[in-house]
Formats: sequence, C-alpha cells, structure tokens
Amino acid sequence: MDVNKKLNIPELLKDLESYRPRRKGWTWRKSLPRDTQLGPFKFKQISKSLKNYVPLPAAKYFGNIDPQPECIITTEIASGRFEDDIRRMRMAAWHGADHIMVIRTAGQSHYDGLIEGSPEGIGGVPITRKQLRASRKALDIIEDEVGRPINFHSYVSGVAGPDIAVLFAEEGVNGAHQDPQYNVLYRNVNMIRSFVDAAEAKKLMASVDMLQIDGAHNANATAREAWLVMPELLVQHGINCAFSLKAGMKKEYISLSTVPPTATPAPELYLDLPYAVALRELFQGYKMRAQMNSKYMEADPREATVNHTMNLLISRLTSVDIQSTITPDEGRNVPWHYNNIAATNTAKQMLIGLDGIKDLVEIKKDGPLRDKVRELKERAILFLEEMVEVGGYFKAVEAGFFVDSAQYPARNYDGIVRHADGGIGPDSVFLRDKDYFAPVCQHYGNNNLPVGTKKACDLIQGCTLCHPEKIIYIDELDEEDNAAKRLEVMADHREKGLLRPEVEWYADGVISMQLFYPTSARVAEYAALAMAEKMGITEAEIINRLPMHPSEGTFLELKGKVAIDIDPAKLDIPEEVPLLTEEEIRADIKAKPMTIVGATVGQDEHSVGMREIIDIKHGGIEGFGITCHYLGTSVSLEKVVDAAIETAADAILISTIITHADIHRINMRKLHDLCKEKGIRDKIILISGGTQVTNDIAVEEGMDAGFGRGTHGHAVASFLVDKRRTLK
Amino acid sequence: MERKDDFKDRRKHLDGLSDEQLNKRFWDLLDQVVDPLADLAMTHTSPAIERSVLLRMGFSSLEAKSIVEKCQQFGLLGKGVGNVVLKASAISGRPYREAGLELAQGNLWSQVEAELAGGAK
Repeated sequence: MDVNKKLNIPELLKDLESYRPRRKGWTWRKSLPRDTQLGPFKFKQISKSLKNYVPLPAAKYFGNIDPQPECIITTEIASGRFEDDIRRMRMAAWHGADHIMVIRTAGQSHYDGLIEGSPEGIGGVPITRKQLRASRKALDIIEDEVGRPINFHSYVSGVAGPDIAVLFAEEGVNGAHQDPQYNVLYRNVNMIRSFVDAAEAKKLMASVDMLQIDGAHNANATAREAWLVMPELLVQHGINCAFSLKAGMKKEYISLSTVPPTATPAPELYLDLPYAVALRELFQGYKMRAQMNSKYMEADPREATVNHTMNLLISRLTSVDIQSTITPDEGRNVPWHYNNIAATNTAKQMLIGLDGIKDLVEIKKDGPLRDKVRELKERAILFLEEMVEVGGYFKAVEAGFFVDSAQYPARNYDGIVRHADGGIGPDSVFLRDKDYFAPVCQHYGNNNLPVGTKKACDLIQGCTLCHPEKIIYIDELDEEDNAAKRLEVMADHREKGLLRPEVEWYADGVISMQLFYPTSARVAEYAALAMAEKMGITEAEIINRLPMHPSEGTFLELKGKVAIDIDPAKLDIPEEVPLLTEEEIRADIKAKPMTIVGATVGQDEHSVGMREIIDIKHGGIEGFGITCHYLGTSVSLEKVVDAAIETAADAILISTIITHADIHRINMRKLHDLCKEKGIRDKIILISGGTQVTNDIAVEEGMDAGFGRGTHGHAVASFLVDKRRTLK
Repeated sequence: MERKDDFKDRRKHLDGLSDEQLNKRFWDLLDQVVDPLADLAMTHTSPAIERSVLLRMGFSSLEAKSIVEKCQQFGLLGKGVGNVVLKASAISGRPYREAGLELAQGNLWSQVEAELAGGAK
C-alpha cells in the first residue's frame, strides 16, 4: 500500500464473501532486550519500532525515533459507520495503537441473534460478519504498512453471546470482552442464561486463543463513589477469572479490565496505587488491561489528559500488559478522529517517559500502602464469605450485593438487584437430556455423541471451525440502511476529491474553535453562539466552558458545521522543499565551515526577524555551527557586500521588512547587481527574508532564495548547505 | 437500614493468615462460588447455544434462528438442535443442510418429534 494513497473504501467492501482472516488469536508485542539502543538512548521496556509511523513532535530532536512500549496500546473506535472508522484505524496504527476495539451499537446486547449487513449504528457499530470482514481486511493492509500485527476486538455479550463467539472465532477476531456479570448487572439479561451462555462463548474464544477482557471496570463507572467499590471489583474480577478457567480458558488469555477508580482533585495515587498492587498480587499469571478513568471525566480535555497521565503512572509503577486509552473528548462527545490519536500518544509518551522507572524507585514494602493492600484483600474475602453464606452467586445478586455504594462490609442497600427468574430471557435455559448432543467442535459441557464418534464434527463432515468454506455469508438484509448507500450520498464529493472538514464521518463538516471572551461564562456563551451564526456556522454548540474569573473572562470551545468545499486542484500551493536533517546539516558544516553576513538593509530598523534566523537561542543557524556576522539595522548594501568579501562569506542574508514603494524588491535587485559588479555573484549565496517576502519574489529579483513569515533557522541552514553543494 | 462498616470485627478470623494464605483463601472461595455455575452450564443449554451449534454446522444466522425457534416450540431443545437436524436428515434421506432448511420452513417436525420424544430424558 502506497502511504500517499488513501484507503479505497468501496474497494474494501468488494469480494467479502470470499475473505478469510490471515490468522487467529491474540498477538503480543515482542520485547526488545534491556538497553536496546534507539537514536541517542538506551531503553529498558520497548518493543520493535514500526516500519511507518508518526513520532511524537519532539522526536525531531532525537533522530526522529518513535520508541514503542513493550505493552499493547488500545484505542476504541466506533463512530457508527465502520467505513469511516477504518480510516481512523490507519491513523491510530501509525501513532502506535495495535489493539483496535470496536464498541457495539446501542441495543445489540438485546438482539436475539446475529445482525447482518452494514446498518448504521448509534454510539457504536452494529457488529456483523460483513463489518468484521471489511474491517479485518483493512487491518491486514494497515498492519503490513506499519509492520506490526494489529489485534481487532469487540464484545461477546448479550442474549446472543454464543452466536457472536462463533462468529468471532470464525472471522479471526483477536480479542473480546466477555463477562456474564456485565450481562446480569448492566444489561439485565437473565443471570442463569448469562452464565450458561458464557461457558459456551468462553470455550469458543479459548479455542482460537482469543484474548478475553472482563467487565469489572463497569462497577467502577457505575458506583456512586468509585473508590469505595474496590473490594467488590476484586470479587468481580475473581468470579470471571475462575469461571473462565472452568470453561477452558488459559490464564494468559484472561485479562482483567482494571481502572484506577478515582481522579483528581482526590488524592488519587494514595487511593488508587494500593488497589492496583492488591489486584496484581491476587491475580498473578493473569494479564492486566489497564484502562483510563472515564468516571470523573468532564468536558475539558486538558483535565482528562492529566488524569489519564496519572493512570499511566500507576500502570508503570505496577504492571501493564494492555494499556487502553480513553480519548480526551469522551466527556463531551463520541470521540473525534484526532482525539483517538491524542489518547494513543498520551499513552505512548508517558509509557516511554517512564521507561525503566522501576530501576529507580520501588513501591514500599511497609507503611500505609501495605496496610491498605491487606485491607482490600480482606474486605474482598469477607465479601466472598458472605456470598457463600447466603447461598452463592445468584442469591447474592438477588440480595443486592453488587454495586452497593458503601465500602464492603458496610452496605447502603442500594446495589443492583436482579432475580434468577427475571430479566431478559428468563426460563430460556433447558436441561440437556441424556441423548442430547451437538455435532460440532468447541462445545462446552455434556455432549452425548453417538457411540463410536471420534470427533464431534465427523457427524457432519466437518464444522465451520474446521471447514470455513461452510460458513454462509450474508451481504446485506436492508436495501437502504447499508454502507454502500451511505457512500453514495457523498460519492460525487469523493470522486472529485473535494475537501470538507470532518471529525467523525466523511465530510461531516464539523469544525471546532477555541475562544476567549472577557466576560462571565453565561454571557460569553451567548456571545460565542451569536458570533458563530455571523460566521455562517450551523448547529453551533458550546462544548467546553471554563471560567477564568466570574467577570474577567471565560475560555470556550465551540463546535458547529460548515458546508464549504475546497477543491485542492484549484489551490495554488507552492512546491515544498524537503529539508536536510539537522544532523546532516551539522555534519556538513563541521566538515566544511560556513560563514555568513547578515543585516537589515536600507532605512529599516527591524531586527527581530534576522535575530530569529541567526540566534542559537531561537534555533537559528548559529546552532548548526555556521559563523554569523550580524551587521545590524539600516545597513547599506555596499557595506554588506564589502563585509562579505572581507570575511570570505559563503552567503549574504538580508532582511527587508519595509515594502513601501517596492523597496524590498529594489534592494534585492541592487544586492544581486552589486555582487555581480564585484565579481562574487557566482561564488556567493544571496538570501532575502521578511514578512512580505516569498521565494518567488526573491528569485525574480535575483536572489537564490526568499523566506517569509514563520521561517525557522533549520530551513535556512538546510538551503545554505544544499545550495553550497551546487556551487563550484 | 444501612449496615455500618464492621470490618474490624469481621476480619478477626483472617488476622493470623499470611499473605499467601490470604490469596489462597480468596481463590478457594471463588471456586466455591463458580463451581455450581460451571455445573449448571455443563448440564443446560439455551437458544443462543443451539443457534451457535447450527452456525457451526453451516447454517446462516437467519436459518439458525428459525430452526431453533421451532425446536423450542416443539420442546426439543433438550435434545440438541444439531441432533434434531441429523434426525431430520435420516428421516428424510436428504443431506443435513437440506433437511435443516426444511425444518426452518416448518416441515418434518412431527416426524422428528415422534422419533426423539420417546428418547432418554
């Protein structure tokens, strides 16, 4: 796949009936040895770098390295239209995500069977065979591009858990959430049904080494005061782990979904770290999927990012196998494209920033942390003891043990109560008769196959898990609600290559802006909406308001829609000159020193621009080892040329800010002519800069190059070195 | 009525346990909680499980849903829907997939029921 080409979505949707996944099962990153050198540094906890990537912005100072932590990084992508999500997956992979989680559409838990085709979802995507194949097919391309396997993940829950588990096993889904307690507590699916179904689903998942993530984090998100629910969280993790083992899963494919329960302004680390330690001590051998806290998320992405950074500190101080991420905008909308990347980068940045931290600091083996760890474990054990005492799991749920807002053994009796004969799908569990059998592989429980049967699916000449060609593929069931129809709406736009801003769906037109008004929050809000209307922005909405002071000012973020299309073919885009790397420039100057003379010429007292380009403090060309003679402001051109000859300079840099009566052009032309007169023009590089200067203008007036507003020293140094190579 | 935090009294019997013993107790108790659940799953089935069997036999999700619904109406889920389909195949002398599609259409049920209903409970 050419990195300069976009994924062709209509093409991806073709031939899905014959698509087969290239592998099944979960793939971990491969750790590199301790002290692996990458750029100027040695790292302790990294894995192989990507073939193609976008590094963190500051990487340019460190040889453009993009060290990848040894743990998996998750991003959750589900806008409701998988055809748009696929593009976001590619972007996320380039930044370091290798676990792509697709949230299901609202209501899929209660759908009794599989959904087929590609209908649009709400708050997630309808998980169907078509959607899975198209997404996996895209991920095959993407993982080849970045050079690292990508794990694809969704949910096995609801009243069709076993159906979905078969689908996932057949289609090579690499990981899934599966926890019957989630069904019971949060989806009100009948609890007997949930556990009976879960055993079959887990057995199927285990058969293809699918990684399982549990649902305990939901208690954390649901509980009124999340830090009080810690003992119960340990119990919930324990129930799903123990039950999964019984269903045939291996420990290394069972992952605990753990979230640091609280958030600032609580003393977060003091509360959350002991919990993280207790969890890891009790669940040795299991995998830790560390999720970020979303319970206390508000609309401010800065606040969210700091909380998530705290969560990452806990991951590194304890342990993490899968670092999941919450986008910083999740507190205010369904995540936008670039916020998936922001969250991925927050994780990557922090995990690499804390590389090897346990060589430097360790968790104390006594004191308040140890006391709290012990206390949490004891509280969890007491919880289990009382569960056994009241007659087991079902009785405990009926008695409202779970998601009680008090810290166990205290009880507020406000927990979630479900009844064994209630919920969705009661009385839908049947005793297997003595002659019950199922002629397929990976079936949990009693299976009284006819005498002499060697392998269950011999009875049907192979099941779909052994013979995938037997799978029946359904393309679409709804002629209107499908991906092809959605693509048609903007087909013309796509065809012409027009550009309209988007955050979620192709050309959705959504833009956002940040602004400050020197007034109260409420007035600022209405002022911003009025301004948006004047700007022609429709559906304007304030998505974040932060008072700076009750009367002095308010910071706002506003979103809205524009229907402005830009045709890139009609844009006048100057050709981009690729820069030499900083190392390359330094090496060149070291091998062959360079001197320049610089001045602001004519009757012009502006010095800031030239200083920016020269000064080492501003990243100017001095920093590359170039010797600079700065002559000052209002210098005559004659003086500049004489100084150049005197110092045997390689180049003259003039700054021309004033443009009245085209004086900047006149000065450039004059400099060129003077150098010709003195016989040095073919030996010297002439550069002109200024706010109104463009390369085209400068070249027209006899310069070798011109640099305008926003130029950094790097660009000038790169040009100087490059140009000098062409001179005799 | 709320229950006060009586942790200090309740924990007394745990006081002498080492960290290792505490961890063991945690997992022993969990076994006590989940063993009956695993046994329940071992001996029972559900419409979703039976649909998942049919999917693995090469039926589409729509076909599977229809066959399982009818199987449930005839009270034959306890026999296993895969068993039912193979029985229908034997009775009709047709490949099992064709027999299954007949069942989805509502055919062959009375014969299958007659064969299986007398079977072991």
